[in-house]
Amino acid sequence: MTDTKDAAATDSGAAPDGGTIAIRLEDLAKRFPGEKELAVKDLTMEIPQGEIVILVGPSGCGKTTTMKMINRIIEPSSGRIFLDGEDVTKVNPDQLRRRIGYVIQQIGLFPHVTIADNIATVPKMLGWKKERITERVDELLEMVGMDPGKYRDRYPKELSGGQRQRVGVARAMSADPDVMLMDEPFGAIDPITRDRLQNEFLRLQEQIKKTIVFVTHDIDEAIKMGDRIAILREQSQIAQFDTPERILVNPADDFVADFIGRGASLKRLSLSRVRDVELHQWPTADEGSSHDEVRRTLEGSDKSAVLLLDDQRRPVRWVNAEHLSRSGGGGELSGVGLPPEAMVQPNATLSDTLNEMITARYSTAIVVDSDNAYQGIVDIDTINETVRSMRRAELGRLRDADGGSGEAEDPEDEDR
Amino acid sequence: MSTTAVQEQEGGPAPVDPQSAKPARAGRRSLASYLAMPVVLAIVLLLVWWAVSRRELDSAEQERLSFSYIVGLTQDHIVLTVVSTVFVLLIAIPMGILLTRSFARPITPPAIAVFNIGQAVPTIGLLAIFAIVGTFGLGFKPTVIGLVAYTTLPVLRNTMVGLAQVDASVIESARGMGMTKFAVLTRIELPLAVPVIMAGLRTALTINVGTATLGAFIGADCLGRLIVSGFSGNRPFITTVGAILVAVLALLVDYLAGIAEDVLRPRGL
Repeated sequence: MTDTKDAAATDSGAAPDGGTIAIRLEDLAKRFPGEKELAVKDLTMEIPQGEIVILVGPSGCGKTTTMKMINRIIEPSSGRIFLDGEDVTKVNPDQLRRRIGYVIQQIGLFPHVTIADNIATVPKMLGWKKERITERVDELLEMVGMDPGKYRDRYPKELSGGQRQRVGVARAMSADPDVMLMDEPFGAIDPITRDRLQNEFLRLQEQIKKTIVFVTHDIDEAIKMGDRIAILREQSQIAQFDTPERILVNPADDFVADFIGRGASLKRLSLSRVRDVELHQWPTADEGSSHDEVRRTLEGSDKSAVLLLDDQRRPVRWVNAEHLSRSGGGGELSGVGLPPEAMVQPNATLSDTLNEMITARYSTAIVVDSDNAYQGIVDIDTINETVRSMRRAELGRLRDADGGSGEAEDPEDEDR
Repeated sequence: MSTTAVQEQEGGPAPVDPQSAKPARAGRRSLASYLAMPVVLAIVLLLVWWAVSRRELDSAEQERLSFSYIVGLTQDHIVLTVVSTVFVLLIAIPMGILLTRSFARPITPPAIAVFNIGQAVPTIGLLAIFAIVGTFGLGFKPTVIGLVAYTTLPVLRNTMVGLAQVDASVIESARGMGMTKFAVLTRIELPLAVPVIMAGLRTALTINVGTATLGAFIGADCLGRLIVSGFSGNRPFITTVGAILVAVLALLVDYLAGIAEDVLRPRGL
């Protein structure tokens, strides 16, 4: 017994690419009582540490069942589960679950206790000291962007859907688990809030680096959120388990290609982030500069407007030739021009950026850092170049693959 | 009032003022509505007292309508009600918890059927059978048993409904965080079921107060004595006073149970 466990521990100790395996599922199967078919059939899968792994597939494919077997909310019928190399298939499930964060679509906040008490659920069970719990609750509320002083003592029904979702995430992170399971966590939220929460969560994940198993039926969400995506078919059979990029570029079979659907090029834009592309520059001027200085800058460039920055280099207004002449010569520039829009941060996806820029002045998205200081701009040329270079890269890779297996199809096919 | 404030915030991105968002003490009523019932009941009692004191009472009436006799009967009546309700609670709530556990699913329908019999059989009939069979003797004991048989079902049913209506996602998230089944029951399910269980309890109490009157037929001391002796002695005045007093007591108990409901309802619901 000890031998096999040790063997398994070393077995699942390292991922092929050198990273550590956080979760290993081994021949995992589930048959629900009274069902003839298995819901999950002999699934073996390794989930690397610190990554968001998305389980995605059509409804009824067993993705949720698979996820719920990891914390044994659903007990597997056979197979084994390893957490950090430790076989947890038979350990006390309650103890196990306290080590794993859990977020479900309906969130399931306790309506009769305050936000603070909701978040403190697991720390209390773990017997933390009162001061430590209070501190942790405030820290978590800050982390998810909610003012602790304002929200600590409220009840769930006094929060909006998006706020409840944040509290749900904070609650799942309360005891700082290494692993988090998220079952369509953004599923029941309006699209605008969902987008914001997804971005916030990705930003958060950059700091916390949890191992996250994330279930969704939405391939776009999977592409946006996932470091790796497992596309599952019936009985949780893995159709393809790979990075979003490689899945989009080289779907394993027709099932995956169908599931990704049309517009793979557009989808690829949500894989690249602003920080990955070379920013272009736009003529800028200091807010305090004179009319003449700004006019000279404008005339010296090929653009039709100048972006004014304040003393912290934050964009304040667009000024074009018409604004300059209308406001008369000389003097200060205060109040001249139009407010900037379409400002994006380096971690925004190109897809979001494109969306912003389409409606913006001068078809340009202004890139600012986290302090809102001007970094550069992204325009349609940038996007164009990126798409083309991605296609070149994919063609190169496919040619290599073609030589090996002969399976690859015309990569442009999917875009037509 | 405060409820609307909360509802308005539901849609909005951020509740504005923490003060206005103070959790509504659900079911909070105005002071006037809290006072109305006791005032009405006091007026009724005063009228009864006035009617009794200005009437020339014959000896039978004097005996039955003396202050100390009525107070004694009222106390007995309350004891009968409270004791039977406590038994109902002790039976129905644990039963309701057991029958809503997943392992009990197969036995739930037959168990409910048994309790249904208790409520379907008229209490008066049940009491008559007890008196004839004589297993439990006469007076207090058979009356309590009859009342318990009659009112266990509403409390049991409400306990089960109360527990069943707890949002499954709340229970799943609690289990998913590693709460034990027992902790989920005591800290999540029962508190959230309190309003419905309390409503059942209130029903049981009110039924018991009224039905305890029937105990007089099998020799239990209660306000029903006034009604029964008024009939048998052909003294409608005594019957009337007894009936009014039972009604007042029933309304008072219902009123107090209503307050208990408000107080025990968890905040945040």
